[in-house]
Amino acid sequence: MALEAIRGMSMENVILPMMMLWRREMVRFYRDKGRVFGALVPPLIFWFLIGSGLGESFHLPGAPAGVNYLQYFFSGTVILVLLFTAIFSTISVIEDRREGFLQSVLVAPVARWVVVKGKLLGSTTLAFLQGALFLVLAPAVGLNFDFSVILAILPILAVLAFGLSALGFCLAWALDSTQGFHSVMNVFLIPLWLLSGALFPASGAHPWVRWVMSLNPLSYGLAALQGSLLGLDTGPGGPSYALCFSVVFGFAILSFLAAVYTARERRR
Amino acid sequence: MEHDAAVSVNNLNFIYPRGQRPVLRGLSFKIEQGEVFGLLGPNGSGKTTLFRLITTLLRPSRGEISVFGIEAADCPACVRAKIGVVFQYPALDKKLTVMENMKAQGHLYGISGRVLAKRIDSLLDIFNLKERGREMAENLSGGLRRRLEIAKGLLHRPRLLVMDEPSTGLDPAARLDMWRYLRELVKEFRTTVVLTTHLMEEAEQCGRLAILSEGSLVALGRPEDLRSHVGGDVIRVKGLNLGDLRVKIQNQFGNNVRLVDDNLIIERRQAHELISQLAQAFPDQIESVTLAKPTLEDVFMHFTGRSFQRRDPNGA
Repeated sequence: MALEAIRGMSMENVILPMMMLWRREMVRFYRDKGRVFGALVPPLIFWFLIGSGLGESFHLPGAPAGVNYLQYFFSGTVILVLLFTAIFSTISVIEDRREGFLQSVLVAPVARWVVVKGKLLGSTTLAFLQGALFLVLAPAVGLNFDFSVILAILPILAVLAFGLSALGFCLAWALDSTQGFHSVMNVFLIPLWLLSGALFPASGAHPWVRWVMSLNPLSYGLAALQGSLLGLDTGPGGPSYALCFSVVFGFAILSFLAAVYTARERRR
Repeated sequence: MEHDAAVSVNNLNFIYPRGQRPVLRGLSFKIEQGEVFGLLGPNGSGKTTLFRLITTLLRPSRGEISVFGIEAADCPACVRAKIGVVFQYPALDKKLTVMENMKAQGHLYGISGRVLAKRIDSLLDIFNLKERGREMAENLSGGLRRRLEIAKGLLHRPRLLVMDEPSTGLDPAARLDMWRYLRELVKEFRTTVVLTTHLMEEAEQCGRLAILSEGSLVALGRPEDLRSHVGGDVIRVKGLNLGDLRVKIQNQFGNNVRLVDDNLIIERRQAHELISQLAQAFPDQIESVTLAKPTLEDVFMHFTGRSFQRRDPNGA
């Protein structure tokens, strides 16, 4: 694949189609107001209801005094926004491939990795922008942060958005129906998020949960966000920022390769 | 390059990965450059699978397909650069405008800037879509969507245009328009056109036809030549107790009589003479007799012994 990628690289058959696919995601999103709502509002409601409900009674082990649940849950909600946006924009692949626009992409002389990359860049941009938009709410719950925190958070958001889009793409490509996607979302993607530390920290959990959480790449994205936003150096007894970023980055690369592999040209 | 067939199919077999039986069995034929070639068959005959194989969306299980001398399995991208594809369910982005759909298509084929703008302009003009440029594809009627799909397929000036059931959703006037345009295309640019169809009227428009049934090629040739295979005219008899009547007619007149879907079918020359004899011989059993020049449906029946309308049991 790498060889093919280098040999065939040119403005005409790489950049043009890739940018077209990226732009298409932007335009479609802009025209589909329901998706803006669908990706931002449900996480906002979860955050507000769960966060307020547990607000006073929750104590985070190992956290500095005064971190309430709305503050703790904030980072997890940002990740949920990324997850929802990435999923909403990749789910279209299912129908698009059989009776839609993607058919004509697949019979065009464009390498598959270009198609995957264009689609993922679009989806990443959308997820990243919405996640970043959500950050604006942080001061409302007393999470004040300066420029250095933003500098730490945005790269994590971007790389995580790409990884989640690629993961969504793999699932959407492999499935025949949007119904199938919904069940995968419920039994795989949502638990992946639940077991990232979004709702509860690893330190108080059952050993097997802790073990799963330590393998979950989302945990590292979350730890980086919490570490930065809650003013903890490394998150609650968690990994360093450098480790977090490396894991998230590795996750993004692996998911992208998996997406390219899933969508590869099949010989006979 | 010039002497290569537009499409050459050699002992082509296809079976879906978890399929029970082959969808295509040992097809071999050639489509010459500049032809309008029809793949005619009932639903389930395998023609859409063949369409997907020619357009490189599927790979043969066995055998080869080459397009302008390029083996499709060896270099799908090389084949793709040479073909324009028109899907049965138009491959449009409904949330984009007509213009945006055309531009997206251009960018897929590495065409941009002024060249692209000029080509889009002339194609929208030809297909009468110019005033619709800013409209969303989802607001277009079925006929307009199809026209846009064809215009899209021609944007990169392919030497071969492959269409899956192109008349789906077109009213008769739009069909005529489409055919007029296809003929111009062949005349002016020597574009080769391959289309799948299950409609006899459409098949009649093709220069040559391959008739498919249950994944096999049953006949190949010009529509008029295929019709001449049918022995003369076609008599259809409806009546009571057809099985019994069939045997009686065969015994008395020595014709080959076929029972297909509540009709007795007799192919023969000078058929009008037989009609009066039949009416005299079996006045009580015969309800109606019709006489007609053979149609492509009769050709299909002639070669397969089955009615065209009945669905092939093959699926897909």
